[in-house]
Amino acid sequence: MNRLNDGERGIFRRFQAGYGAIGLLVSGALAAVLLLTVSYLPGFGQADRPTENEVSQRYIAKGLEETGATNVVAAVILDYRAFDTLGESAVLFAALAAVILLLREEPAALARRMAERKPFEPDQGPILRITARVLIPWLLLFGAYLVLNGHLSPGGGFSGGAVTGAAMILHNLAFGPEQTRRFLSERIFFRLLVGALCFYGLAKGYVFFTGGNHLPGSIPLGQAGSIFSGGLIGPLNIAVGIVTACAVYGIFALFDRGGW
Amino acid sequence: MTLFKVLLLLFLIACAAAVSLTRRLLPAIIIFMSYSLVMSLLWALLEAPDLAVTEAAVGAGITSVLFFLALKRVRALRGEENEPPE
Repeated sequence: MNRLNDGERGIFRRFQAGYGAIGLLVSGALAAVLLLTVSYLPGFGQADRPTENEVSQRYIAKGLEETGATNVVAAVILDYRAFDTLGESAVLFAALAAVILLLREEPAALARRMAERKPFEPDQGPILRITARVLIPWLLLFGAYLVLNGHLSPGGGFSGGAVTGAAMILHNLAFGPEQTRRFLSERIFFRLLVGALCFYGLAKGYVFFTGGNHLPGSIPLGQAGSIFSGGLIGPLNIAVGIVTACAVYGIFALFDRGGW
Repeated sequence: MTLFKVLLLLFLIACAAAVSLTRRLLPAIIIFMSYSLVMSLLWALLEAPDLAVTEAAVGAGITSVLFFLALKRVRALRGEENEPPE
């Protein structure tokens, strides 16, 4: 600004004044267009809305009979559209792979960094440690409940895995990476992650080769509402939960220090 | 119940506006967390408990932690000189 002469400074001032006005105009017009579009959307729960078609009616009418899952959402995402969920798990894996590529440190560099950081990191303190000690078992229990009960009640692999991953992040923050590494070392981490993803892919690939349009009933569906029901939905929920929890914790660990 | 929903929606709009208007980064993340919590309440009221649980765990929990860590990595949390003046 100081190096400009008077004429240039005038242009710059006018540009600054015009920039605000034009910005306001453009964002106002955008907001108006979006609000106008929203006013044309069908109302919430309206009887003749376009999403109320034969697809959703079929899922609601036949879902329990064909998949054995009382939670229709789980029936859709892990049975009728299990291939989409395989893609979502693969996206999580790809995100983790990208973070590993960018942020992973060699073990020697990681150890040096941790040693350098130690004097600067404040002690986690009794409040965090005691809160974590009380909370973590319940978080893990809730996560396991969401995963294992996913075909019966709201929840499922993704949300349960996210809760479990959050519990592991809390454990790491409260007790330090050395403590977390005792039960989740790098080797165990990758075995769990890749194993779960491969299991999901094999289960879904089996369906492709047997030509089913949804996961076939070679596993008995069981009695609706009991914990061992829904055929493959339960194991697939566990696989998705492991992938999600591992991806969440892995991205956290790599962001935090660049390794496990 | 309608009043409760309207209040939640107003709070949601206020949070969304506040996130973009806050100049400092740490308060912006915390407001974003509260936005996610209100959003998960709204999902529960819209009878989508699956989404509510996921939003609470991912939106309010994990995303915020990742934001904090990203800011720590680029040294934008403690270094006051990196933050724009009030």
